[in-house]
Amino acid sequence: MNAISNEQVLKRLNEFFEADILSNEEPFGLLTLEITPSKAYEMIEWLKNDTVLQCDFLTNIAAVHYPKDTNREMVVVYQLHSWRNNFRLRLKAFLPISNPSIATIVPIYNGANWMERESYDFYGVNFTGHPDLRRILNEDSMDYFPMRKEYHLEDGTREDKDDRFFGRF
Amino acid sequence: MEAKEKYKENELTDLSKDTIDGEIATINFGPTHPSTHGIFQNVLQVDGEKIVSAEQTVGYIHRAFEKLAERRPYNQITPITDRLNYCSSPINNIGWEMTVEKLIGAEIPKRVQYMRVIIMELARIADHLICDSVVGVDAGALTSFFYPFTEREKIYELYEEICGARLTTNIGRIGGFERDFNETFHTKLKSFLKTFPPAFEEFNSMLERNRIFMDRTKGAGPISAERALNYSFTGPNLRAAGVDYDVRVAQPYSSYEDFDFVIPVGVNGDTYDRFMVRQEEIRQSMRIIQQAYSNLPEGSYKADLPEFFLPPKAEVYNQMEALIYHFKIVMGETHIPAGEVYHAVEGGNGELGYYLISDGGRNPYRLQFRRPCFIYYQAYPEMIKGMTISDAVLTLSSMNVIAGELDA
Repeated sequence: MNAISNEQVLKRLNEFFEADILSNEEPFGLLTLEITPSKAYEMIEWLKNDTVLQCDFLTNIAAVHYPKDTNREMVVVYQLHSWRNNFRLRLKAFLPISNPSIATIVPIYNGANWMERESYDFYGVNFTGHPDLRRILNEDSMDYFPMRKEYHLEDGTREDKDDRFFGRF
Repeated sequence: MEAKEKYKENELTDLSKDTIDGEIATINFGPTHPSTHGIFQNVLQVDGEKIVSAEQTVGYIHRAFEKLAERRPYNQITPITDRLNYCSSPINNIGWEMTVEKLIGAEIPKRVQYMRVIIMELARIADHLICDSVVGVDAGALTSFFYPFTEREKIYELYEEICGARLTTNIGRIGGFERDFNETFHTKLKSFLKTFPPAFEEFNSMLERNRIFMDRTKGAGPISAERALNYSFTGPNLRAAGVDYDVRVAQPYSSYEDFDFVIPVGVNGDTYDRFMVRQEEIRQSMRIIQQAYSNLPEGSYKADLPEFFLPPKAEVYNQMEALIYHFKIVMGETHIPAGEVYHAVEGGNGELGYYLISDGGRNPYRLQFRRPCFIYYQAYPEMIKGMTISDAVLTLSSMNVIAGELDA
């Protein structure tokens, strides 16, 4: 029961950010846009202040690792929600694993602080300009980013379990 | 109230004027302080008893659920979700099941949806009862802690009739339930519907207009609606600040649109308002349960999803198909299609979201939990700044920060 349809949202966004919306899809009705990482800050700030879309609630920030996509291995997924118009919006910024840096959005949403720290902690995404980018759930002296796909969950030295039969790798 | 406001007014602007002995002390509030109700640490800078700044440490019970989920078949992720907000596990379980159902496009019978609503609302009552009674304890009222636990026990007995467990319930299956409500459940639920409201009102009367309780909680740990939204608050804590966002209404799931209920909101966003919002939500949950139970549709207690329900043993021994499904479920080889889905339910603490990416295998490629506690606990230092330590204790418990959900 969206007051504003996804097409209208996309149309409005295209008026201002056409060059930075690289692709769009609608999995299960949730408008998902791939955007230029360097424009993420600007776009999220614009969405917050835009009087038409009023997309001013940050639901979630997640990172995902796709080791096989060369030069776009890391994804930062922002999920926004407009309560007044009742639509959700997902923005994806693809980053290279060699330098997974993206501008922090803490100045726009204070709530992004820990969400970004969590993505840093588990995936090593570097949120530039973050006021306090430290590990949050893991122990401070940990020297790797455990949610990346190269770290398998089970002990790699075990011989009694053949991964081909029991899992992904 | 007035004194408290005056105290806040001249705070922190000029420390030298306002200090008691000109000295700032650092104290560790937690991690195992009796009033933290879980393992939280806060490093407080205090001036006398007034909090100058606070810094939280989280992660004490981090169990890597998101990583674990990447190696587990879908039906084995349900018990992981139990351990998020363990005060209302059934909401977590059912929220997760609905996420998978959304991805596989399952059609869920109306009866299942109503059964789920009954269970989720029972869970919400249990969750809010614990939180509100604990607020009482932290304000010094122990009696009001024991009375509601009798009622909570009855809710746990109801869970037991459905799934056999009490705290970490693992309730239901992807697509419905493992069995229908049994006779004992019906008897117990009917008696609960009758006995709970008066017992609840008795508990409520101990605190709601209690002068001491009001003096202690009014003005303690307030947050404005703007700040709360900026911190991505959801749930009762946001509603206490005056914003009427509730996932059950904004984006209804499991037939919530069929029921008539009210979203209570507060004004000041302080401890008293948070308490009052939860109390009213308990009454509204009772209304929903009554409506759902009296209109409980006939039909099956599960969807037609053989790949998620163990077939009857007799069929396993005699029928090829049943044997195959049995094997697939036990070995965790139920594959689901590739896709990306976000599903949110109104948990005890707010919008509990599941962001699931599947690449078509037996387990998720990525699963992220949007945990309301983790997000709103960030605002804690801001909320207790300038308050006393005893206010900080009350604020923490009235925010209902649950360690399991905080640390995942």
